[in-house]
Amino acid sequence: MRALSARPGRWQGLAAGALGLALVALGGGAGGWPAALGLIMAAAAGGAVVGQQPGRVARWGALGVAAAALALAAARIAGAAVPGGGAGLWAGVAGVWLGAWMLVALVAEEAAGRRGAWRVLAPAAFGITLLWLWEVAVAGLGVPQAILPAPSAIGAKMAAAADVLWIDFVQTIVKGALSGYAMGAGAAVAVAVAVDRSPFLQRGLLPVGNFVAALPIVGIAPILVMWFGFDWQSKAAVVVVMVFFPVLVNTLAGLQATDRAGRDLMATWSASYWQALWKLRLPAAMPFVFNGLKIATTLALIGAIVAEFFGSPIKGMGFRISTEVGRLQLDMVWAEIAVAALAGSAFYGLVAAMERRVTFWHPSQRGRAGGPQRR
Amino acid sequence: MRRLLPVLTVVAALIVIWYAAAVALNGQWTRDQAARAGVEAGFGDILRDAFVQERPKLPAPHQVAAEFWRSTFVEEATGRRGIVRSGSLSNRSLIYHGLVTLSAAALGFAIGAGFGILLAVGIVHNRAMDASVMPWAIASQTVPILAIAPMIIVVLASVGVTGLVPKAVISAYLSFFPVVVGMVKGLRSPDPMQLDLMRTWGASGAQIFLRLRLPASVPYLFASMKVGAAAALVGAIVGELPVQEGGLGARLLAGSYYGQTVQIWAALMAAALLAAAIVGAIGAAERATLSRMGFGR
Repeated sequence: MRALSARPGRWQGLAAGALGLALVALGGGAGGWPAALGLIMAAAAGGAVVGQQPGRVARWGALGVAAAALALAAARIAGAAVPGGGAGLWAGVAGVWLGAWMLVALVAEEAAGRRGAWRVLAPAAFGITLLWLWEVAVAGLGVPQAILPAPSAIGAKMAAAADVLWIDFVQTIVKGALSGYAMGAGAAVAVAVAVDRSPFLQRGLLPVGNFVAALPIVGIAPILVMWFGFDWQSKAAVVVVMVFFPVLVNTLAGLQATDRAGRDLMATWSASYWQALWKLRLPAAMPFVFNGLKIATTLALIGAIVAEFFGSPIKGMGFRISTEVGRLQLDMVWAEIAVAALAGSAFYGLVAAMERRVTFWHPSQRGRAGGPQRR
Repeated sequence: MRRLLPVLTVVAALIVIWYAAAVALNGQWTRDQAARAGVEAGFGDILRDAFVQERPKLPAPHQVAAEFWRSTFVEEATGRRGIVRSGSLSNRSLIYHGLVTLSAAALGFAIGAGFGILLAVGIVHNRAMDASVMPWAIASQTVPILAIAPMIIVVLASVGVTGLVPKAVISAYLSFFPVVVGMVKGLRSPDPMQLDLMRTWGASGAQIFLRLRLPASVPYLFASMKVGAAAALVGAIVGELPVQEGGLGARLLAGSYYGQTVQIWAALMAAALLAAAIVGAIGAAERATLSRMGFGR
């Protein structure tokens, strides 16, 4: 465990408190700022105490009080933010930012070595802070709706247009991206294993695959749409091509990743080619394969959406984004982006969870599953 | 030769497949022509026509190569605006457009890779950052930035940021993620036994970082830099689509506007060569560095 002297989040808490104190002393500014800054101070004080409390109840209690005070201050600032809010507004923003940093540090410290909901708390706090910052910045700087809508407006739009979003989701993610991903990744692993028997082909395919993986494959989207028509088949085709080479290259590299000693050991046991492949080389290749699969998740989404710009039926996320940009309905565009981000995160999370199950032995995974010894 | 022969074989096989596909896809045009003339198109006609059409569905490799040659060296050497006659690169040549794209991609990659390395160091050393930032770095990549790149360019232009920077922003956004993922993996690649050994020697945090984690991460860094550089190039190309200020993306779009399939493929070829050059350069640096560091087998 970390030494007590390096208490996480302490200086951030103290800085937030000092900021609040200074601004209250100076009169703060108009409107709700002094009250909000007072709350930040309270939060900072609560947080700064947390690090020194040995008891669990006191620690969590102080954490909860600090979080509640910060949330109140944040809500107050967001409610009162107007263009030209002056120094008070931005001091308040800085104070909440520091306070949130302190909270994240404390929560992360509490969450270390725990499982379940604790692990989600710190990212959630960070994400909420970022969204809040976005909301306040849009309101405080008077950014027009046509350039950047506020998160609250995007959320409202998502709730209002849920049926359209669902239709687009099915069309683009389920039909286009997922089917293409399964076909492309499956084919890539199959080809890599097939090629693996021939060192000649392997030496030939690896540089070529690397080369093609680096190509701006998105550029062939208009061509594939021309060939396969407007519906999801052409999107799946773009995804297949985009996904294939990263997975192929990673699998090929992974199949070569076993060390000499391991291969010799297999030979000593007179293992057949397939036994060596199944028991030694495929498992050893898995970190590489999953590396490729994880990269491919985002590529699949991008491919499916971008391909829709070059022709699609009147549904789909890419279609919606391009038409709504034209109508300056940026809240709808951002709603689609949010859906894409959520779907992509879930997709990535699924692959990463599979990776943890399959490659639990790899040093980068060991010690991540739990226990206090994390690094 | 031992390394070149397999590559050449694979490339030759791909070219053969390409020609076959060109015959299959372009045959329709010949059949349509024949049907209009009221005659039957034989396979010989299809074969003859497949490689000489002006706007084929799939241009044959030699057509693409000829167009590429014409719009690079021939244009520069003999064109009115070529470098020989005018002293500056012709804005009709792929060399000029390639350099425009390359500069945006390079700037974006430098920003993205630098930011990515810093972020990875922070993530590995700071528990708060590890817990809070990494999930959002992943989520950031699920935002289909390429899909909204045109919107970003237009929005940035409306607040007065134009030229190289908006394209570089997109490149940086795309290239920082592979570097973060690779570097985090690399910095965590020393196993607990090695870390324990360092602690046994009483190494400070900075020493563990400089002597163990950083060297161990170098192979991962190079691997992810190759991915990141390629992604930066893609970002620059897509960023060039909405602003017709030159670059390979602008050429792609111009080609698709006017149905010039050969021109699209020539621009794609230039992009491919550019990507190959960048990845090749990083690969050469990788080999030199890793062999000096003793990673060679």
